[in-house]
Amino acid sequence: MPLISVKDAAFAYDGQIVLSKVSFDVNPGDYLCVVGENGSGKSTLMKGLLGLVKPVKGSITLADGLNRDEIGYLPQQNLTQRDFPASVREVVESGIRSRSLFLTREDKERADAMMGLMEIGQLKHRSFMELSGGQRQRVLLARALCATKKLLLLDEPTAGLDPVVARDLYKTIQKINQENGIAIIMISHDVHTAAQYATHMLHLRQTPLFYGKPDEYLSTYHGQCFAGGVCCV
Amino acid sequence: MFELLNEMLSYTFIQRAMIVGSIVSLAAALLGVSLVLKRYSMIGDGLSHVGFGALAIAMALGWAPLAFTVPVVIIAALLLLRLSESSKIKGDAAIGMIATAALAIGVTVISLTRSANADVSGYLFGSILVISKDEVTLSLILGGAVLILFVLFYRRIFTVTFDEAFAKATGLNTGLYNTLIAVLTAVTIVLGMRLMGAMLISSLVIFPALTAMRLHKRFLSVTLTAAIVSLVSFLIGIILSYLFSTPAGASVVLVNAAFFLVFSLIARIRNRS
Ligand SMILES: Nc1ncnc2c1ncn2[C@@H]1O[C@H](COP(=O)(O)OP(=O)(O)OP(=O)(O)O)[C@@H](O)[C@H]1O
Ligand SMILES: [Mg+2]
Repeated sequence: MPLISVKDAAFAYDGQIVLSKVSFDVNPGDYLCVVGENGSGKSTLMKGLLGLVKPVKGSITLADGLNRDEIGYLPQQNLTQRDFPASVREVVESGIRSRSLFLTREDKERADAMMGLMEIGQLKHRSFMELSGGQRQRVLLARALCATKKLLLLDEPTAGLDPVVARDLYKTIQKINQENGIAIIMISHDVHTAAQYATHMLHLRQTPLFYGKPDEYLSTYHGQCFAGGVCCV
Repeated sequence: MFELLNEMLSYTFIQRAMIVGSIVSLAAALLGVSLVLKRYSMIGDGLSHVGFGALAIAMALGWAPLAFTVPVVIIAALLLLRLSESSKIKGDAAIGMIATAALAIGVTVISLTRSANADVSGYLFGSILVISKDEVTLSLILGGAVLILFVLFYRRIFTVTFDEAFAKATGLNTGLYNTLIAVLTAVTIVLGMRLMGAMLISSLVIFPALTAMRLHKRFLSVTLTAAIVSLVSFLIGIILSYLFSTPAGASVVLVNAAFFLVFSLIARIRNRS
């Protein structure tokens, strides 16, 4: 049974359809990469999967065994938390979803482990608002990893990261995917790299233009165009 | 100092004001941190105006003031929360509209039912003499509720305040927490309104949080500092008001403002060195 099943879903803002006719399944262990130009509906689809926006048509079904508190999420960078007083540790720990009201020792160790993975252990006591853009992104990634038990949704995770950290991040995500069997849905503009790791590609432009295997995708017209090859739009 | 406090506490009305005021200051500061960070602090202002209108109506019709005002303000809080959440309507403008309309209703009702205009200022700027036993009981319950909820749900309140979309996406019932904060804010405002005045009560929500944020950059320290600053400001304010026979509400707000200036100054000096 798929973790998430999307059937003919459409999304609209203020009655204006921005994305339609989306259908796909995500199974345990899948690594789906969503690509497309700016404004093509990628973030909207992700918010739909997370239940933050409701589809105006069609359906999005979560598997019986999948609770929302088992899903990790990295939102696309936004500036609203820029002046929010919080320490790095407070932000990362806010990703932990446990039934108990207070953090247990294991919870804290998990948060520490995720900070280690994102190499922000030494920033633990710093204030979130004093960090650089890339450092903030890593903190939010660690928070997303804390929340992740079965599924991880990432909206442009490498935006603002330096190339070395970006490359390491792709490796980390792959490791989480393969070793822990956690399904990944990632939005990326870095088509080449993403296609290297993904098991499925979805190209959106107000509607899916392609859905299938990465190597097939790279040989299609849209894939070549988007991966920086020669094409005319 | 001790003698002064002893003398003040020998008056029943000051005892009551002390109990209600301390609890309201504490609750307002804790809720205020969340409200200010979510940019909902205008809600506090709007609610105090609605509370004023409702109180005026209750008095004019001879209804029990709290029994009428509390539910009306809670309903208004939920409505204002909806308005602020929906992007279609300009939230702050809508709050301003509702607030001034409620204020106008209140002033009209009072002027129709009482001859002297002097009464209005008691509602608008507060009075230390009017606190009833019911209000003391209610504020003990409210104070207990706010403190318990804050301690129990502290982590979740942080998560929802910091990033509502993330909180919701990862399975927290954000609607519930927002509603809880709105309802507690409504009750806090109604309780504090008689003492502080409808015009001044929202400063208890705004000042302590902003003051704490001058010096602190972690959520926990901001929350604790706001609570302490608010409580201390209230106590100093009420003592000053007793010594100089100034209105209690205004004195408390002035002390809060002084704290804000001092904290800003310290932040300045610290940044420079
Ligand atoms: N809150 C909103 N209200 C109204 N319209 C919106 C809202 N969010 C997105 N849109 C519109 O929906 C369309 C899709 O937006 P979306 O954010 O999903 O794009 P995207 O593919 O993630 O783009 P990007 O690569 O720039 O992140 C855009 O045309 C955008 O203008
Ligand atoms: Mg986007």
